[in-house]
Amino acid sequence: MTSNKKYWKSVEELDENNSIVETLKQNEFVEPIPTDDFLGDKETLEASSTTRRDFLKYVGFSTAAASLAACEGPVIKSIPYVVAPDEIVPGVANYYATTMADGFDFANVLVKTREGRPIKIERNDLAKNGGSVNARVHASVLSMYDKNRVQNPMVGGKEVTWSEFDTAVAQKMSEMAGKDVVLLTQTFASPSTSKLIKEFTAQYPNVRHVIYDAVSSSEALDAFQNKYGTRALADYDFSKADVIVSVGADFIGDWQGGGYEAGYAKGRIPKNGKMSKHYQFEANMSLAGANADVRVPATPTQQMQILKALTGGSASGLPENVAAAVSKAKAHLQKAGGKGVIVTGLPDVQAQTMVLNYNEGKQVMDSAMPRMTSMGNTQEVMKVMNGVVSGSIKGMITVGVDPVYAFPNKDFAEAYKKLGMSLAFSMKPDATASAAQMVAATPHYLESWGDVQLKKGSFSIMQPTIKPLFNTRQFQECMLKWTGRSETSYYDYLRQFMEGSVLGGTSWNQAVHDGVFTSAAIVDTDADTTNSESLDLESSTSNGALSSATQRGGMELTLYTKTGLGSGNQANNPWLQELPDPISRASWDNYVTVSKADADAMGLENYNVANGGLNGSYVNVKMNGVTVENVPVLIQPGQAKGSIGLALGYGQTHGIQEEMQTGVNAYPLYSNFKAVQTGVTLEKVSGIHEFACVQLHNTMMGRDIIRETSLEIFNTKDVHDWNPVPEVSKDHQEIPVTSPDADLWEGFDRSIGHHFNLSIDLNACTGCGACVIACHAENNVPVVGKAEVRKSRDMHWLRIDRYYSSEGSFASDNEKKENISGLGSSLSEYGEMESAAANPQVAFQPVMCQHCNHAPCETVCPVAATSHGRQGQNHMAYNRCVGTRYCANNCPYKVRRFNWFLYAENDEFDYHMNNDLGRMVLNPDVVVRSRGVMEKCSMCIQMTQKTILDAKRDGRPIKDGEFKTACSAACETGAIAFGDINAKKSEIHELKENKRMYHLLEAVGTKPNVFYQAKVRNTNEA
Amino acid sequence: MQKVKFRNLPSIVSLLLLAVLLTFSNNISAQEGEANDATVTAEADAETPAAEGVGDAEVGKTLFNANCAACHKLYKKATGPALFEVSKKYDREWLYSWIKNSQALIAAGDQQAIAIFEEYNKSVMTPFPGLSNTDIDNILAYTDTPKPEPIIAEGGPVQEGGGSGVSNNIILGALALVFLLLVVMLILVNKTLKKIAEANGVVYEEKEKRAPLWRVFVENQFLVLVTAIFLLLSAGYFMYGYFMQVGVDQGYAPVQPIHYSHRIHAGDNEIDCKYCHSSARKSKTSGIPSLNVCMNCHKNISEVSDDTYAMGMDEYGVDYNAEIQKLYKAVGWDQSTQQYTGKTEPVKWVRIHNLPDFAYFNHSQHVTVAGIDCQKCHGPVEEMEIMEQFSPLTMGWCINCHRETNVNVAGNEYYKEIHEQLSKKYGVDQLTAAQMGGLECGKCHY
Repeated sequence: MTSNKKYWKSVEELDENNSIVETLKQNEFVEPIPTDDFLGDKETLEASSTTRRDFLKYVGFSTAAASLAACEGPVIKSIPYVVAPDEIVPGVANYYATTMADGFDFANVLVKTREGRPIKIERNDLAKNGGSVNARVHASVLSMYDKNRVQNPMVGGKEVTWSEFDTAVAQKMSEMAGKDVVLLTQTFASPSTSKLIKEFTAQYPNVRHVIYDAVSSSEALDAFQNKYGTRALADYDFSKADVIVSVGADFIGDWQGGGYEAGYAKGRIPKNGKMSKHYQFEANMSLAGANADVRVPATPTQQMQILKALTGGSASGLPENVAAAVSKAKAHLQKAGGKGVIVTGLPDVQAQTMVLNYNEGKQVMDSAMPRMTSMGNTQEVMKVMNGVVSGSIKGMITVGVDPVYAFPNKDFAEAYKKLGMSLAFSMKPDATASAAQMVAATPHYLESWGDVQLKKGSFSIMQPTIKPLFNTRQFQECMLKWTGRSETSYYDYLRQFMEGSVLGGTSWNQAVHDGVFTSAAIVDTDADTTNSESLDLESSTSNGALSSATQRGGMELTLYTKTGLGSGNQANNPWLQELPDPISRASWDNYVTVSKADADAMGLENYNVANGGLNGSYVNVKMNGVTVENVPVLIQPGQAKGSIGLALGYGQTHGIQEEMQTGVNAYPLYSNFKAVQTGVTLEKVSGIHEFACVQLHNTMMGRDIIRETSLEIFNTKDVHDWNPVPEVSKDHQEIPVTSPDADLWEGFDRSIGHHFNLSIDLNACTGCGACVIACHAENNVPVVGKAEVRKSRDMHWLRIDRYYSSEGSFASDNEKKENISGLGSSLSEYGEMESAAANPQVAFQPVMCQHCNHAPCETVCPVAATSHGRQGQNHMAYNRCVGTRYCANNCPYKVRRFNWFLYAENDEFDYHMNNDLGRMVLNPDVVVRSRGVMEKCSMCIQMTQKTILDAKRDGRPIKDGEFKTACSAACETGAIAFGDINAKKSEIHELKENKRMYHLLEAVGTKPNVFYQAKVRNTNEA
Repeated sequence: MQKVKFRNLPSIVSLLLLAVLLTFSNNISAQEGEANDATVTAEADAETPAAEGVGDAEVGKTLFNANCAACHKLYKKATGPALFEVSKKYDREWLYSWIKNSQALIAAGDQQAIAIFEEYNKSVMTPFPGLSNTDIDNILAYTDTPKPEPIIAEGGPVQEGGGSGVSNNIILGALALVFLLLVVMLILVNKTLKKIAEANGVVYEEKEKRAPLWRVFVENQFLVLVTAIFLLLSAGYFMYGYFMQVGVDQGYAPVQPIHYSHRIHAGDNEIDCKYCHSSARKSKTSGIPSLNVCMNCHKNISEVSDDTYAMGMDEYGVDYNAEIQKLYKAVGWDQSTQQYTGKTEPVKWVRIHNLPDFAYFNHSQHVTVAGIDCQKCHGPVEEMEIMEQFSPLTMGWCINCHRETNVNVAGNEYYKEIHEQLSKKYGVDQLTAAQMGGLECGKCHY
């Protein structure tokens, strides 16, 4: 029975005479629905000839038409070769050995080509002194497919033919006869080019050759030249070192050409209870500092003192903790004897000389076979810069350098435009090329011939891997033409030159095949072609800002290069722009790094907003009348108080796509071409900068994501003390989570066939990022742009997490966490643990899909798009995925990436996948994913499948070390190893049995196929 | 893209067509027979003058085909000159020494020899010291054979064939007319008889007026229900069939820019598939052969045989010789000078087998490792005049085969260990591709 009870919502309803209640009863909506807003103007709506019937007809017709059209497939044309080249089999990759030498990065590489297109750079295992194949070298293949390249030679801004260009140049050269013309080039390290330049300057005596390195090592070169007579850089083999003391040298980064990480990492893996000890005194938090056992923040001025103290002087005047570290390091160095080494990055001849003197005779330093990859002479470059500004220099030919962008003199750009002759050899319409009267379009190194002497006696050959994409001509080819040898091609010249004296016992074909050879031949170096006056050590020392007794006050600035952009040669490369900085984890930006204390004092702040994005204040950086405006600030844990850091290579505006015009140009601050500047002031300005920073949490808050121990504990204690397997309670007994009793699942039998595992050694990983770019190239990982990265929508299949400790070390973090008691204490102390310490320890951890044997993602997929293979890989069938994203939510490692948008052929994401040229870099064996599907690391299943198929075709078992992934193949330090653990004798099987082995979040019970080797630091304290 | 609207449809239609075809089959075979007869007579005619020569033209023909045909043709310039009536152009003794060793003749400074050598781009003729003078006589006898005149011989049967086709139609038409007349006559007779019966007063039994059929049907609810269910089910069946063939291009046989007959190459001439599609052995793609592969043979084969030509014209309406000319144009081959001009026009073939991007398929895995015949997936290509997609190329089709096919492990060291262990585990002698892991998603989708 229904009751007659009356229900009411408000007291007003009880009053029957209330008019408002009555109105409300009649009208469901109190306010009129704003239909007009969305139906537009009423009149036009009524005037419209389209009736509702018509509308429905149109809808019906177009739906029918669309669905009918969808049933018809497109006609696809296939066009075979008319005459197929013998070496090309469609679908099979060819590899060519060549050498990259762009003046900043020098490396021996292997280029993978498919159907004649270079698609990936790999390491050349034959090269023993090959330089480092770092992230930039891996990404260089994409720089070739840059649509913003100079495509034709240009005179006066108009595209011309090469013969017209030659005439124009010849005319100009005759006009300039007798006038001072400077040939400003990058370091080629190419003996044949040196010879050609000599021949050129002999024909045109008014031309003089000056070498200019955008990022200079001039002081180190001066010091070496004074001591050993040749202009070169000492080479170091850190694998032989017991104690490494670095004073401001980021030798894992780009210090003196870089490429030292492989040797360094060898000594960092504990063997027989021993590993090298690494002290780092530095201002910025660098890669070397992040890997150091003991890192002491010190401003550059302090560094000079530290260096003096280490090499025999006194440590007086240094802060107490620094002095203590110095005396420890000194004692340690003495104990190591011939195996102790000091390196420094201070741009000061005196400092460099001290280091050379100290290292003299040590096993670690090689002065007999020095590096030839940097030749620039600051004094000479300064003269050129001032000469152009003053007008004494009338003409300038630039090759591979961009002085208009990178010269610190702000009057240079204007003066350059007034030059009688300006000719730029350039691949891209950069600042210099766009201001030059004549632009010679040069090919990329993958389209060129060449020779490079990386180290004295170690030669490399550069060979083209593709026909030039544009109407370009090599600098060397032009030299030949302009010295009246137009019938000789550079190839013939090079081959003749090589076969004449350089090759020694190696045949030309062998040298081209291998890409490298050693020879005792003495050849011209870049330095031989520049007739610089003998060095005046005294004057160059007194120029050093560091040695000057009087301080200019203000902050001390250390300019550095990022692993992504380096000197800025490849700024138009979206892979490099999106590569997060290994330390700050910010991409698409450069910024001033300041210490927390300084930031607080100046009211600068960094904070995270709701979507996880990082925001920061802006400052103006002022120095000696130079102001760089609106530089974002990033508070960097570990930055020495009173110092700041800023990366070079950003802020380019010419010849670069709008999306890639990121950051600020720091070169105006590169006064005297010295990386260290004093007397810099920061001035807070209004505005908030939005960073694209991919890591929100900076610390692990005491969890054992990264396992770390000290060498002492590693040597003395039982493995259960420092690398325990997590335990769970079953029937009131603690059992390890790895035991089958602790498992909900029936395990598959994986003992038959291949079972792939990936090992990552946290001791060897330096965080360089080469694996990330290699993964992009291999797996067609899209670039999403700054705005998307900020929303944490980066598509990186492989990320390198960086963790700081909130206390001084990770161990003390743990201790603090263990000692938390009660809610109040936990709230406050966890809160404290979120922010990193002033001088934290740093650890890097590459994380990709862990390919769990008991994968949480697989069980939640409603369409079974992700499933497990017998070989241990967690498969992802993109065409099956409907994009529910359940898997990503259920993944404890957060390695799954969702395609929020279509990243290929979409104008909103105008990166390489949006133009025909850029798409040539895509790997045809891996699908380009579409919008709305989940993707993730496949453990390079296309590579393992290929290895298996190759073996099957040859009818042979797989050899050890044959299985590779893109990341393991790219890893210089051997931190990433890959293989089949069912092959009992394999390296990976050994690594799995290693006592440092642990799985990430083992307690979850996912049984991953990726495992890590716990980090061991060479420290005595716990 | 040409589509098959319903996958089962071809079989149904073909059954229907079979009946129709049968009626014409007699006609076609009759035509072929006549054509063959015609060529035989033509050949017989050609042989007659050979008997009059110094050598035996029959033997000469065999020798010519074995030794000379790679570079020479009778009536046309090839790598070497056309050889028809060559014996009349040169002195026989000179010919003997030229054929046995032309280089010696040139070296000896024979003007005539040098002139020929220069004319043919200094390409050296293979010396044949093994040929006796009699052999050469025989060959020369053969080369003196005048060109048979096939046009008339060929044209005859075509017209005749056409004529008989027309007469058949007339006969059929006449028959139909006769039948029609008979029906009309029957009706008329029936009418007349009725009238006579009426006039004679014969009374018919009046039929009971029954409800019309449709009404009976509508009133019988059970029947309506059954029919409705039947109609719905069959509609469902056809709908399903229609939707399942969307994107399946089985039978897709597009018109190609050059009419290339697999029937002639792979069927009649028995060229191995992998001679042209060589990358199938080592690559994921089988590869469309580049035109230089075609020229390996077609440098010398600029015309098809008369039989083949006739067949092409009759059955497919294709002028094979014109198609070869298309190849020459594309590859830039000047037939008159026997040289490449360097002007090329790549052929834009229409791709027939379009596997989607997300499916990885590797030919070498199937061809080299598994040793599967090309025909297993591509069907009887050697019988296809126009290449078509034989298999549906659906995932179900792949999977089925992987389930049924045993892995070819014989003599392959790679499989030794895994096969031993796995077959023990599954308790079988032979592992299928599926048991080896051939059904895992990631094996084909990445």
